[in-house]
Amino acid sequence: MISKLFQQFFKHIDSFLMVCLFSTLMVGLFMLYSASGQNFSRVYAQGINIIVAFCFMWVAANIAPNQLERMALPLYLLGVVLLIGVALFGHISHGAQRWLDIGPMHIQPSEIMRIAVPMMLAWYFSKQEGKPRMVDFATGALLLAVPVALIMKQPDLGTSLLVAASGFYILFLAGLNWKFLLGGTVLFTALTPVFWSMLHSYQRRRIEILFDPTQDPLGSGYHTIQSMIAIGSGGSAGKGWLNGTQTQLDFLPERTTDFIFAVFSEEFGFLGNLLLLTLFSLIIMRGLVIASQAQSTFSRLLAGSITLTFFTYAFVNMGMVSGILPVVGVPLPLISYGGTSMVTICLSFGILMSIQTHKKLVAT
Amino acid sequence: MRAELKNFQHEQYYFRLRLGFTALVVLCLFGLLATRFFYLQVKQYNHYQTLAEKNRISLVPIVPNRGLILDKNGVVLAHNFFVYTLEITPSKIENLEATIAEVSKLVEVSSLDRKRFNKLRDESRNFESVPIRTHLNEVEAASFAVNHYRFPGVEIKSRLYRHYPLGKLGAHIVGYIGRINDKDLINLEKDGVLSNYKGSDHVGKSGIEQFYETQLHGTTGFQQVEIDADGRAVRVLSSTAPVPGSNLVLSIDSKLQEIAETAFGERRGALVAINPKTGEVLSYVSQPSFDPNLFVDGIDVDNWKLLNESLDKPLINRPIRGVYPPGSTFKPFVALAGLEYGKRAPPYAINDAGYFSLPNSTHRYRDWKPSGHGIVDMQKAITISCDTFFYGLALELGIDRLTGFVRHFGFGGKTGIDIQGENGGLLPTPEWKMRRFKQPWYQGETVIVGIGQGYTLTTPMQLAYATATLANNGIAMKPHLVTQIQKAITNENLAVPFVVQDRVSIKPENIDIIKRGMVDVTLPGGTAASVGANAGYSIAAKTGTAQVIGIKQNAKYNASAIDERHRDHALFVAYAPADDPTIALAVIVENGGHGGSAAGPIARKVMDYYLLGKLPIPESTKTDNKKPRDSGVSIVTPQTTPEEELHD
Repeated sequence: MISKLFQQFFKHIDSFLMVCLFSTLMVGLFMLYSASGQNFSRVYAQGINIIVAFCFMWVAANIAPNQLERMALPLYLLGVVLLIGVALFGHISHGAQRWLDIGPMHIQPSEIMRIAVPMMLAWYFSKQEGKPRMVDFATGALLLAVPVALIMKQPDLGTSLLVAASGFYILFLAGLNWKFLLGGTVLFTALTPVFWSMLHSYQRRRIEILFDPTQDPLGSGYHTIQSMIAIGSGGSAGKGWLNGTQTQLDFLPERTTDFIFAVFSEEFGFLGNLLLLTLFSLIIMRGLVIASQAQSTFSRLLAGSITLTFFTYAFVNMGMVSGILPVVGVPLPLISYGGTSMVTICLSFGILMSIQTHKKLVAT
Repeated sequence: MRAELKNFQHEQYYFRLRLGFTALVVLCLFGLLATRFFYLQVKQYNHYQTLAEKNRISLVPIVPNRGLILDKNGVVLAHNFFVYTLEITPSKIENLEATIAEVSKLVEVSSLDRKRFNKLRDESRNFESVPIRTHLNEVEAASFAVNHYRFPGVEIKSRLYRHYPLGKLGAHIVGYIGRINDKDLINLEKDGVLSNYKGSDHVGKSGIEQFYETQLHGTTGFQQVEIDADGRAVRVLSSTAPVPGSNLVLSIDSKLQEIAETAFGERRGALVAINPKTGEVLSYVSQPSFDPNLFVDGIDVDNWKLLNESLDKPLINRPIRGVYPPGSTFKPFVALAGLEYGKRAPPYAINDAGYFSLPNSTHRYRDWKPSGHGIVDMQKAITISCDTFFYGLALELGIDRLTGFVRHFGFGGKTGIDIQGENGGLLPTPEWKMRRFKQPWYQGETVIVGIGQGYTLTTPMQLAYATATLANNGIAMKPHLVTQIQKAITNENLAVPFVVQDRVSIKPENIDIIKRGMVDVTLPGGTAASVGANAGYSIAAKTGTAQVIGIKQNAKYNASAIDERHRDHALFVAYAPADDPTIALAVIVENGGHGGSAAGPIARKVMDYYLLGKLPIPESTKTDNKKPRDSGVSIVTPQTTPEEELHD
């Protein structure tokens, strides 16, 4: 009886994905304990975040994809409205306007968009009869451009790039012509100077310093230099858990959030990094498998986008911490401290699980 | 339906193709990351390892304890003690005013403290901590410590403080230390010792503290400390102990010093007493004095103004920086020059009419006694300080021979005492005058050099040195205050050697004449008879008066009619016991009037204590407060004072 109830409860949880996620989250908790200077209350708070995120994941996993499909448009519209609300009445902190206070709630609409945009685009392409035409891709691009522009304006470069990526993956998986991709790349290269002039000065500075962190070793370059020192001095086997000098002696900035990977690298070294990359790869590969087995256009586009966006998060974060990508303020998924991104990520994995576990029910 | 299914399969095929492509891209990009990690962690490991080490290890200086300064009997003149100070690091604080206001609710911060803080803050760099309050008591320290968490950037520090327990006594000898300023930094760098001052806040600014800075400071130790990004020490990895500074033992006896300083009363002046056989400085007085403790932690503006703008100039180190015309105290040296050049050897004598005139001139160089002294030979000329005798002698010797000879006694040059900033005084020569005024030398100027007037300038130190050299029969010992340097750790005790600085070749019969004349000065009939009265030992001395303003021809000097600060300086040089001298001294009382009556009694008190251990009679009978300058005479000599004594 109890085992049946148990089975019923976890019916929509993908066990392979769950084991991988859980392992990664555990690594994250151990890293957080070290990065926070052995502050157990930080770990406890993150534990609560994980439990809350798991609840969201469970709920998402239990919503059938066709129901999700119905929610796509309203969610997208809500997201856009909230983003406009932020632009008009948003709460300003650290020079950026990202938060909206509605009663006691403290909402960051850009996080909603991370789910809503791929859902919206997947929904849009699933509604098209036959092979999507040029017009469809143009409409998709417009649906994507509006929230991305709004988020970039906040300014939140990291999130806007990731939302843009999640939408782009849908367009790509929906069959965007290779010629367009090539043409787009050429166009992007040509338009780079225009983008450059549109960037905020701090963003430009970040990119400049990316290429030469020594330009400003105590200012913008400090983050990158210190994290590279942390990673490099970790060596092949690492300095050992809680023994990272860069971490424990406060040289690493933002080491519980965006730069937590440097802590991991310092304490567990090259071997630890390979292990973490493997763990991420397993999650991604599982996601791609789920996408390839998905039975509706909406499901597979959404599953593919969610998986590739997760990859993008991980890649951009590790790339910026190790000094090959600009510091754009992207947390390492499942590892970095923070409730909002944890919830968003687990929610998206819940959707993946829903797609995987509702498969047979939809099949005829 | 079939077409739809086929379409679906077709669509899925293309989707899987694209998915496969993205999987490849994912693996490639993760491969790129892995390569990057390999590059950083394996290939460049040594480089980053070194950087990480550099990051976390810092050298923290350990400031050595500054050496003590002791008098000859071990009385402490300068020592260190721990004091709680409340210090603020301005760079760590957002709102300085608000923080200070909050802090002052816990620990009293006076306006004087604020002024000093602002001054020190201007002088130091932003990331250095600057004391807002010093000398916190236990209660204050504890009450702040409890609230420390509220004040990041404000700290209680336990600092080693320099303290001068005797305060004003001997302040010009010991000097003081002060906070290192930009000028000090430049000097330290020039001397190549800047690295030894990492962590030191103070450096000797004057006196012994300055002259023996190297010995007193010691060698700074270092700790290799693991630090965090804020520079807080987390763990000590290794340490090199500092070598404390050496203790210095002075030749000064603080009791004698006290007697000498007290003897000056409210009067301004200087006294230097030297052991003529060794060069050890026995007493070194500069009055008025100041409290060196004021300077240790940066003097506040009000006190600084008070000291710096006082007409009495308490900050001037008079024995080496004060220059005065030597007056008649110069005569013994002129006399010796004469004898050595074969002039005025006994039984040569003059008949003094009270003035001297150059050949073919009506200008009269007056004697201090208008009626003249009658028949005067060399010995008597010294005893009664006959001006007329020396006018003629100086003229006959000529300025070059005169100054050339007395230079050996230290006039016109530095004596080499171990305090910085010594003034060399002035021995005028025709070359000097040409250089200085572009004017030729006149014979009349030679005449007045004979009685220590004119351009001639000496410091009290030079006078004491010259007197000591004379007492020691021409063997000039280098004067010094420090007699022993006690090294820390090894406890090695280095005695400062006695150095013969010059040997003036003098015929014994010549020096005998001078010495007999000087002994007679303190005997009845001499210009300082009262000083020698009831001494119990024989004193050789010479009185002197230095004019502050010139007196016109035929005008009469009237002390009471002249503004106090324009009165003559009283000078007195002496050594005793006359037959085997162990103390030679020079005393100057500024605007004191006459050497015998104003400066002599001070010298007598010093000699009495030094030679006999006799304490001066306490000044219980201060009958006339308005004229303290005259009271000195009656105390030492209850007998009647000869009329001559009131004069030079």
